[in-house]
Amino acid sequence: MVAPILPLNLTSIEVRRSGRTILGPLSHRLEGRGISILMGPNGSGKTTLLKTMHGIERPTRGQIDWQITAEEARLRQAFVFQTPTILRRSVLDNIAFPLLLRGVPRKSAQTTAAELGEKVGLGKVLQQSAMVLSGGEKQKLALARALILAPDVLFLDEPCANLDSRATRDIEAILCDARDRGTRIVMATHDHGQARRLADEIWFLHAGKLIESTPKTQFFDAPQSAMARAYLKGDLLP
Amino acid sequence: MDKIWEALYQAARLIFGFDPDLVEITLLSLQVTVTATLIASAIGLPLGAWLVVNRFRYRRIVIAIINALMGLPPVVVGLFVYIMLSRSGPFGVLGLLFTPTAMIIAQVIIITPIIVSISHQAIRELWADYHDLLISLNATRLQRVMTLIKDGRRALLTAALAGFGRAIGEVGAIMIVGGNIDHVTRVLTTAIALETGKGEFGLALALGFVLIGMAILVNLAVHGLSRTERGSRW
Repeated sequence: MVAPILPLNLTSIEVRRSGRTILGPLSHRLEGRGISILMGPNGSGKTTLLKTMHGIERPTRGQIDWQITAEEARLRQAFVFQTPTILRRSVLDNIAFPLLLRGVPRKSAQTTAAELGEKVGLGKVLQQSAMVLSGGEKQKLALARALILAPDVLFLDEPCANLDSRATRDIEAILCDARDRGTRIVMATHDHGQARRLADEIWFLHAGKLIESTPKTQFFDAPQSAMARAYLKGDLLP
Repeated sequence: MDKIWEALYQAARLIFGFDPDLVEITLLSLQVTVTATLIASAIGLPLGAWLVVNRFRYRRIVIAIINALMGLPPVVVGLFVYIMLSRSGPFGVLGLLFTPTAMIIAQVIIITPIIVSISHQAIRELWADYHDLLISLNATRLQRVMTLIKDGRRALLTAALAGFGRAIGEVGAIMIVGGNIDHVTRVLTTAIALETGKGEFGLALALGFVLIGMAILVNLAVHGLSRTERGSRW
């Protein structure tokens, strides 16, 4: 039995960059199963919060506590960036890359990567250079690469920004599949429709503060804060 | 112009006649420079990548010094190596002065800064691209460097070829430490200098054409083997 990684406790974390507070102070707890969606206008701190939780952005103040040490926790999470980082290699080698870093022999890494690539719909392009993929394919590749280590927690930063509905549907299907297999997903998005489709709970951020964190239905039907009401109505927030 | 036609004719005669002296000189040129390029690449490419992924206090200064060393006058390098290897120098006991090994040492010193600097520039852009992913995947420092070297290999090849280009045409340093001894340390560039000094412009020019032709061949061969400059990207 592997020690559980969650809940994750964030205690008054604050991120300041060049004298400006871009996140926090913020305290929250990530637990349970399912998909949490971060919503909020640009600059509200969604990306910073994701990166801080993942541990690639260092908070100026505050505590981030997993149930295991931070180093162990890092190995059991993955992050999908808004603009996928594509290694100048074949699609197959891109997906296999995290396994290679963990010392898995090349052959077996490629076998696993090929299966996963097939599953996310990249079966036909596995041997191609990843640099020539379309935007949707690149994001699927990034997703497959994030999932290949079967992470306990998966962070995604607007993975479907700039994708058409078909690619978005494919990616959502992959995410739901990962969720069903027990991966805890935290994802930022601007897309209300996507939030309605995927979310179990919504974290609503504004100006670096967590304004509310409520189950999806409640958020969309009866948001508690005036700020969230205005955001959902489509008003431009200050 | 007559001189040039004459030289071309003489070059052709030397090459197609497989003049044994020419073959020997050319092979020694290749041997010295290829060895120097390999050694300098083994030092310079990882160092260039290492300088990209490591943030340390004097990083800027180190990079500035390496960039400055690109302009190192070969004669000065030659003199320095000469002093080090001469009988009374610290490495005199090795008896390396006036051997091809001494020439290799001098060329390594001359081209390593070039290879470090060019590979550093190239790898830096790749690192900007890969940074977030490699950090997120918890790659170790060594893994980061190896990944950058592997995926930046084409740019690194250019760095190595730039080093080769500088070394193959270099004369000042190897003249001093090699001594241009016939059948021992005479290479194309030192032979050209000698023939020019003797007034044998035709032969000197002919050797020059051989040198240029060889440099082109080496570049073509390397690109051919590594399949660069083929696909539309990378």
